[in-house]
Amino acid sequence: MNVRTHMSMLFHLDKCIGCHTCSVACKNLWTDRKGTEYMWWNNVETRPGTGYPTGWEDQEYYQGGWEYDGRGELKLRLHNKAQGLTRLFFNPALPDLKDYYDPFTFRYGDLFSAPEGDDQPTAKPISMITGEEIEIDSGPNWDDDLSGSNIYARNDKNLEGVPDNVRAQLEEIEGVVFNYLPRICNHCLNPACVAACPQGAIYKRGEDGVVLVNENKCKAWRMCVAACPYKKVYYNWSTGKSEKCILCFPRLETGQAPACAHSCVGRIRYMGVLLYDADRIPEAAMVPDDQLVEAQLEAILDPTDPEVIAAAKQNGITDDWIKAAQESPVYKFVKEWRIALPLHPEFRTLAMMFYIPPLSPVMGVVENKTLNLALDTKGPEFELFADLSKARLPVEYLANLFAAGNTKIIERVLKKLLAVRIFKRAETVDGKLTPEAEAALKEVGLDPETAEAIYRLTTQPTLEERFVIPPYHREAAIEAWNDPLERKGQVGFGELKAPVRGE
Amino acid sequence: MNWNVLLFEIFPYVALVLAVVVTAYRYAYRPFSVSAISSQLLERRLLFWGSIPFHWGITIILTIHLIAWLFPGAILAWDKSPLRLYLLEVTGFALGLWTLAGIVVLTLRRLAHSKVRATATVMDYVVLLLVLVSVATGVYTAFAYRYGTAWFAGAMSPYLASIFMLRPRPDLVADMPFAFQWHVFNFWLLLAVFPFSRLVHIITIPLGYLIRPWQIVIWVRRRFTQPGA
Ligand code: SF4
Ligand code: SF4
Repeated sequence: MNVRTHMSMLFHLDKCIGCHTCSVACKNLWTDRKGTEYMWWNNVETRPGTGYPTGWEDQEYYQGGWEYDGRGELKLRLHNKAQGLTRLFFNPALPDLKDYYDPFTFRYGDLFSAPEGDDQPTAKPISMITGEEIEIDSGPNWDDDLSGSNIYARNDKNLEGVPDNVRAQLEEIEGVVFNYLPRICNHCLNPACVAACPQGAIYKRGEDGVVLVNENKCKAWRMCVAACPYKKVYYNWSTGKSEKCILCFPRLETGQAPACAHSCVGRIRYMGVLLYDADRIPEAAMVPDDQLVEAQLEAILDPTDPEVIAAAKQNGITDDWIKAAQESPVYKFVKEWRIALPLHPEFRTLAMMFYIPPLSPVMGVVENKTLNLALDTKGPEFELFADLSKARLPVEYLANLFAAGNTKIIERVLKKLLAVRIFKRAETVDGKLTPEAEAALKEVGLDPETAEAIYRLTTQPTLEERFVIPPYHREAAIEAWNDPLERKGQVGFGELKAPVRGE
Repeated sequence: MNWNVLLFEIFPYVALVLAVVVTAYRYAYRPFSVSAISSQLLERRLLFWGSIPFHWGITIILTIHLIAWLFPGAILAWDKSPLRLYLLEVTGFALGLWTLAGIVVLTLRRLAHSKVRATATVMDYVVLLLVLVSVATGVYTAFAYRYGTAWFAGAMSPYLASIFMLRPRPDLVADMPFAFQWHVFNFWLLLAVFPFSRLVHIITIPLGYLIRPWQIVIWVRRRFTQPGA
C-alpha cells in the first residue's frame, strides 16, 4: 500500500442553480488575460446538451482519454510515444477555436461616441483576438437552459443507448427536463494530459494531487489539450503555453477553498482530503467498463483504518492531514455513503472530482390534452419520488454520465437519495418515522442516523463542514527552495547584503 | 578589411557567439519565453498544408547539409556513379521545392488570416522572410548551379570547417556565384536571429518522451519529510 493524499471537490448537482457565479469567480481570478479569453477553467453546462467545447464527450472526434484493450494494456487514444513525436508540427486532434467559441466583447465606446440621432446607439460585438467586428454565433454556455432543443440537447452524446420513446419524451415540451453540470479539471489519478506531453511539462503534485502545467517547460506541442478527455487543458494563443485549472492551489495552501467553491451560490461544492493507494494506479483503470467505479472507489482508502493510518505515516503524511481525511465531507459522500460518482469513468483517467447525481421529478404524459403525472395513484404519497423508471431524467442517461453506462450504480445512488427524502418527508409531514419511510431506508441499507447525517451535510453544512482544508505547511515547502534564515543579520529595506564594516 | 571578410569571417563569429550565449541565457533564465508558439488553435487548414511540408522538408534538408559537411567523402563517393548523382540531386531539389511550398503557404497564411496576423510579432515576419530567402536561394542554387552535392563537399565543407576550427578562410566563398553567397550569408543571419526569435524551439525536440514513464509525480516537500526520497 502506497498511501497518498488528494484534495478533491464534490459537486452536489441537486443544489446547482446554474448561476455561473463559479465560472465568473474563476475567470476574474485566473483567466482575465490576453490569450485566455476563451478559457473557462470552470464552466457550467446544461444537460442534456452539448457542453463546452461543443460535444467534448465525443472521443471519436476529440481523441481524448485512455483505451483499455482488455488484455492488460492501457493506451492513450491520442498517440503512442513515437507517433506523438511525429505530430509536433501539426496535431490532427487539436480542437479548433471554433469548437470552443470565438471570444468576443463589445465596443462600448460606441455608446458614447455615436452621433446624435433618432435611434439608440449600440455597442457592436468585436473579436477579442483581432478587434474586428464579428457575428457572435456561439459562446461558452450557448445552450444554457436550452434543453429539449433539437440542435443542442438532441446531440448530447450521453443520450446514446437511451430508448427512442424516452428520447422523444425528452424533446416534448411537457417532458423537458434539465440539470446543470459544473465542470473543472478533475485532477485525475491517471491523467491523460500528463501522459501525452512529450516535453514532460505537466505533473501531478504528490502532496495534494493537483495537476499543473510547468509553463517554463511547456513548448506549445499542445498534446495535452487533445489528450484530456474532459477538454480541461487550454492553449494560450498569445503566450504559446498551455494552461489549466490549478485547483486554486495558492488559496488551498493558505487554507481557503478554491474560488469557484468558495463563491458557489448554491453551496453545492465540498472540498476535502481523500487518501488513495498509488499502487493501484493504473490497474484501477484496467477493468471492464461496468466495474470502473468500483475499482476506483477501492483505490480510495479508509482514513480510520489503523493499517491505512500506519502506511500513511510511513509515507510522511502528517497527523493533521490524516485528521482532515477523517473529517473530509468528500470521503463521506464518496466512500462512506457511496452516493457520489466520478464524471465519465470510462475515460479511464480516474477523475478525482465527484458528483452526486441529480434527482428529477416524475415524467408527465399528455392524455386527452391534459398533463398527467405517470404516478401510481393508489400508492402512498411519497411514491411521487419513488419510481425511478418514471424519473424524467432517464437512468440510462445519468448512467452514461457518471457510471460508464452501468445503470445499477445510478439506481443504487438515486434510491439512497430518495430514501433520505422519504425519511425526512415522513418526519416533517407525519412527525415520525413511518413504516414506509423505514422500509425505504431499509431497502438501501441506511439507518435513520446516517440518513440524518446525509441530510444535514447536504442541506445545512457550515463553511467549515463543507471545506475541510488541512494545513499545507507552506513554511516547510518554502524551505525546499529558500533558506528562511538566508537574510538573517543582513541589512534590510531593499539593501540585501551582509553589513560589512566600511562598505 | 573587405566585404568578404566582414560577411563571411567576422559576422559568422558574431552570429555563433550570439546563438550560443543568448540561447543558453534564454533557456536558463527566461525559460517561459521558449516556445514554438503554435497558432494551430486559430487556423488549422492552411497550417496543415504549410507546416508539415515545411518542417519535414527543412529537417531532412538540414540533415543532408550536415552529412555533406561532416562526411564530404561519403557524398563524393556516392556521387561517383552518375545515376546516383542524379538521384541525389533530383531528391534534394524536390525536397527543396516541397519546403519552399510549405514556407510560402505559411507566409501567406500569416499575412492573409486575420487571427494569425493579429497575433504576429515583428520578429515573426523577420523569421519568415529570412527562412523564405534561405529556402529560395537554396532552391535557386540547386537549379542554376548543377551538381551542388558534388561541389558543396569540395568547397563548402572546408569553409565551414575553417570557421569552426578558428582558422577562417572566407576566400573559399569569395568567388562563388552571388545567389550562393547570399544563401550562405543568410544562414549566418538566421543564426544571429535564432536566439531572439521563436526559432529557439528547434533545439527542444523532446526525445526524452520515448523513455520516460507515462506519469510524472512531483513532491514539493518530500526532501524534508523523507530524507533520501
Ligand atoms: S481532467 Fe485535468 S487532470 Fe484529468 S486529464 Fe484533463 S486536464 Fe488532465
Ligand atoms: S456557483 Fe454553484 S450553484 Fe452557481 S452554477 Fe456554479 S456550481 Fe452551480
